[in-house]
Amino acid sequence: MNEFDELMTALGAAGGDRAILEDPATAHIVVVGKRIVSSRNLPGLEVEADATEGGVRLKIRLREGIQLATPVHTCFGVVHREGEQQIEIEVVLERNSSARFIAHCLFPKAEHVRHIMDAHIEIGEGASMGYQERHFHGPHGGIEVIPRAVVRIGKGGRYSSDFTLTDGRVGSLDIDYDVEAAEDAVVELTARVFGHGSDTIRIRERVVLDGENARGIIKTRIAVEDDALAEVTGITEGNAAGARGHVDCMEIIRDRAVAKAIPIVSVTNPQAKVTHEAAIGSVDKHQMETLMAHGLTPEEAVDVIVKGMLG
Amino acid sequence: MNLLELCDISYSATGREILTGLSLSIKAGEVHALLGTNGTGKSTLASMIMGCHGFQPASGEIFFNGTLINDLKIHERARLGICMAWQEPARFEGLRVRDYLTLGTVTEEPESSLRLVGLEPSRYLDRMVDRSLSGGERKRIELASVLALRPKLAILDEPDSGIDMLSTDDIIRVLERLRNGGSAVLLITHRDEIAAAADRASQICGGRIVSTGSPGQIAASFKTRKCISCDGEVCNDE
Repeated sequence: MNEFDELMTALGAAGGDRAILEDPATAHIVVVGKRIVSSRNLPGLEVEADATEGGVRLKIRLREGIQLATPVHTCFGVVHREGEQQIEIEVVLERNSSARFIAHCLFPKAEHVRHIMDAHIEIGEGASMGYQERHFHGPHGGIEVIPRAVVRIGKGGRYSSDFTLTDGRVGSLDIDYDVEAAEDAVVELTARVFGHGSDTIRIRERVVLDGENARGIIKTRIAVEDDALAEVTGITEGNAAGARGHVDCMEIIRDRAVAKAIPIVSVTNPQAKVTHEAAIGSVDKHQMETLMAHGLTPEEAVDVIVKGMLG
Repeated sequence: MNLLELCDISYSATGREILTGLSLSIKAGEVHALLGTNGTGKSTLASMIMGCHGFQPASGEIFFNGTLINDLKIHERARLGICMAWQEPARFEGLRVRDYLTLGTVTEEPESSLRLVGLEPSRYLDRMVDRSLSGGERKRIELASVLALRPKLAILDEPDSGIDMLSTDDIIRVLERLRNGGSAVLLITHRDEIAAAADRASQICGGRIVSTGSPGQIAASFKTRKCISCDGEVCNDE
């Protein structure tokens, strides 16, 4: 089996469908290790790809007013037990354009793998970008994932991201996102991660609401068990009149796992408002008892609660 | 043989005696109302029958269908046929109503269970059982989940309480459905018009059952806020 097929097998195991890559109406790019093995552009969507020493550099531009009907699929992965992949991405969504991106990050056999993502995203006035990132890491936990993103959202623009790593081991995850929102812009960051074994999860997300009436929410859902460690820092700054922000972190721990939540809220304009809530603890007793009263065992009840929380 | 038999149950928490030598029996298929003012031990009793953590009796025995269940866990009691609708039902992020209503060994379709509690299935099945539901909606869904299970014994802990409460007609419809399906019901309530739909009723005061009889008799006694046990001292402590 060649690398592409191996990656597609992993995509299937992670719930994806390789048939999407054959759809002529759907843009995609597939990077295995340091090679681009498949791609498709659409009118109004420009993708430039270059090989770099550590992986690939992608420049994606969506032209003004173009609204893609189907999501752009990106597929990154390392199919060997060892390896490194550095992805540099520059995304520009021009004025009033809109697109959704679905990134499949697949490392099915990872024992000593490093995946670094460095993204710079510019969202123009009135433009909208949705970004879903789904990870599948296999059972070994020998992977280091370092996603970095700097996002600037123009007036009236929207950006939502949804990072999910709930299948297989996490390994070491270190997310660092910075988002600046201009007037009337909306940002929504969601992360869901389930850590096992000796996994370590560090998430730092910062939303700066610089424009009037900008709105932002950081939502984090973490479950950790065994000896896993999670530390979540959600930062929201309200710097303009009418800015509204919220940080919402929920973490469930089991066994010897440790979880920390550090919400940081900062307001420099008296007409801005930022709130936060964080809940860390074992599975809620009342929820457990309610499910057990339906005949579920304690283990089944925990499973339902954690799966629900992680979406 | 009674379906549920509570024999001389005592229970204390944080140094306070909450149930004192309580005895109660419920027959199979019987709707049994339990009336009592706040703090008399009604919800404690419900949690104890269900087997909730921390509600183990200090003394006394609980029999269900002839089996001593004191040491059984909640899910083991549930599998014997006991289910409970909590006064303040839990909320679950990411769990759809459709999935909640099909947890366990259900016998009723989610759609019909929802209709019985006055909720339109097309509007609710794909909603989450989370904070987006009002208190009243959540309580209705809790009752629907009990209907779906059609247990041998349904414990309904104050289905009529709270803002946006269910109407008397709603609750009576649920009771009728459970009764017609062969379920017994322990109905905990403050309201005599709800208790009137029961087959029998008991009044709890000071942590014990002070009288059992027809719903009308018990409701009349309850209305006066007096019982044979405390002559109003405890009953009036609301």
